[in-house]
Amino acid sequence: MDKDTVLNIAKLARIKVSDAETESLAGELTNIFDWIEQLNEVNTDNVEPMTSVVAMDMPSRIDEVNDGADAERVLQNAPDRPADAQGNSMAFYTVPKVVE
Amino acid sequence: MSSLTDLTIAAARDGLEKGEFTSAELTEAHISAVEAARGLNAFITETPELALERAKASDERRAKGEAASGMDGIPIAVKDLYCTEGVETTAGSHILGGFTPPYESTVTQNLRDGGAVMLGKTNMDEFAMGSANITSYHGNVINPWKLDDGKDRVPGGSSGGSAAAVAGHFALGAAGSDTGGSIRQPASFSGIVGMKPTYGRCSRWGMVAFASSLDQAGPMTRSVEDAAIMLQSMVSHDKKDSTSVDQPVPDFAAALTGDIKGLKVGIPAEYRLDGMPGEIETLWQQGVDWLKDAGAEPVEISLPHTKYALPTYYIVAPAEASSNLARYDGVRYGLRVEGDSLDEMYENTRGQGFGAEVRRRIMIGTYVLSAGYYDAYYVKAMKLRTLILQEFQRAFENVEVMLTPTAPSPAFAIGEKMDDPVQMYLNDVFTVPASLAGLPAISVPGGLSDEGLPLGLHLITKPFDEETLFRVGGVLEEAAEFTAQPSYLGGAS
Repeated sequence: MDKDTVLNIAKLARIKVSDAETESLAGELTNIFDWIEQLNEVNTDNVEPMTSVVAMDMPSRIDEVNDGADAERVLQNAPDRPADAQGNSMAFYTVPKVVE
Repeated sequence: MSSLTDLTIAAARDGLEKGEFTSAELTEAHISAVEAARGLNAFITETPELALERAKASDERRAKGEAASGMDGIPIAVKDLYCTEGVETTAGSHILGGFTPPYESTVTQNLRDGGAVMLGKTNMDEFAMGSANITSYHGNVINPWKLDDGKDRVPGGSSGGSAAAVAGHFALGAAGSDTGGSIRQPASFSGIVGMKPTYGRCSRWGMVAFASSLDQAGPMTRSVEDAAIMLQSMVSHDKKDSTSVDQPVPDFAAALTGDIKGLKVGIPAEYRLDGMPGEIETLWQQGVDWLKDAGAEPVEISLPHTKYALPTYYIVAPAEASSNLARYDGVRYGLRVEGDSLDEMYENTRGQGFGAEVRRRIMIGTYVLSAGYYDAYYVKAMKLRTLILQEFQRAFENVEVMLTPTAPSPAFAIGEKMDDPVQMYLNDVFTVPASLAGLPAISVPGGLSDEGLPLGLHLITKPFDEETLFRVGGVLEEAAEFTAQPSYLGGAS
């Protein structure tokens, strides 16, 4: 795995990596994937990929509102909550500009 | 009478019932012990006021004859990946910076409803990714066990703070979580009992997610009986987790009958690794002999795909982690590091908010899920997982339980095994197969290494057969007579 591949993965994962780190990651990831390669020794041609470790039916429920109307709790950890004229936090928060 | 911090959960429960002491007294003793043990760095957040408040409420319930469960009034530690109402939850990471959940995870709610008293939130590897508790943003945890060489040893991981708190006698029990061995391996390194129930026994709702198809809550305690008592207060069928199972819950502690006559115990040949230290091999054989002496019948079995479990795990777990951790983007909560564009803000936040091991695993996961590699890695791994599960199912047609070592070594010194990620991953070689197959497993202290550090023995049973696990675990515990104590013991008076 070369530096360009590492930079591409980092881009896909939205993680900034420094130049020095790109170098060491290329080595580490190469080692890890070399070790993972041993899985190719196993013939899995007629094997179904696992979908669930415990056999069970997917549960279903009535589609009805069972929670909500609790804006304060929902927004408790939100950044940048503007205040109204009385200084109370308003029931929304601002995010960075996501549309260029 | 011995110090309140030296009790088992069962003995503390009995003492509370008989009125020998109050939960407030028991809790105060532990709060002091937690403060005195700060040098081990086992806690990220201490909650002494909350603990005393809940202890007093427990005493009031008990005075009215309304004790809620065997855990009522028992001071415990909680791994910092359980969301706890009004108490900061970090998952050992910088990226959650200041996140205080307005809700309680189902498992900790169950413990609260049962009356358990939370002493605080314990340190852990960042997002539970690690086997030595050295990847936490909040620093290493130091194992209460030391040798004459003066070196600090790792407590194992990822539930390292929980393990240290229980081993060092500053909590009577702890809630851990196990994805590939994160309860059992630190239990082995710290000389305590660590138990992972069947996938689906405990709700994952409100646990910070690492790998959702593997993550499972479980107890860490100083006896097998305590693990049974504590697990009883953790399990439930939960509509908020669609993988939580609706199965009858037995009385786990009642399973500790000591009777394993005629029980067939599988000894998987493939767990005998090349280059495995002699002391691990010796203890394993000792475990076989103990069970045989108690009337069980050891049976050599073969699980040929065992060697592929760990590389399979290192595709599946990072893949799920890369998806689960995509939510940390700096927008709605937690850390935000500004940038010139939206993408740069994401990249800066995630680059600075995640530590090196988490970044590495997210990148492994991103790669194995990316276009062109998905079939070669992810689908291949899920096929291997099917083979590993089928292999266990076939073996369990002939045996009722399996015995293996928990870890391939005792606790190592902080700073060792850090250069090569694959060497670190090998710590979980014996615990990962049961995780991939969703099976219940327990680590019980078996003895000491040649140098004098604890070593665990590991039992695996069929899905939802935790009772056999506790029964055989109890027999192992009695035979091992593990009474050695770590050099650091909290609350000594």
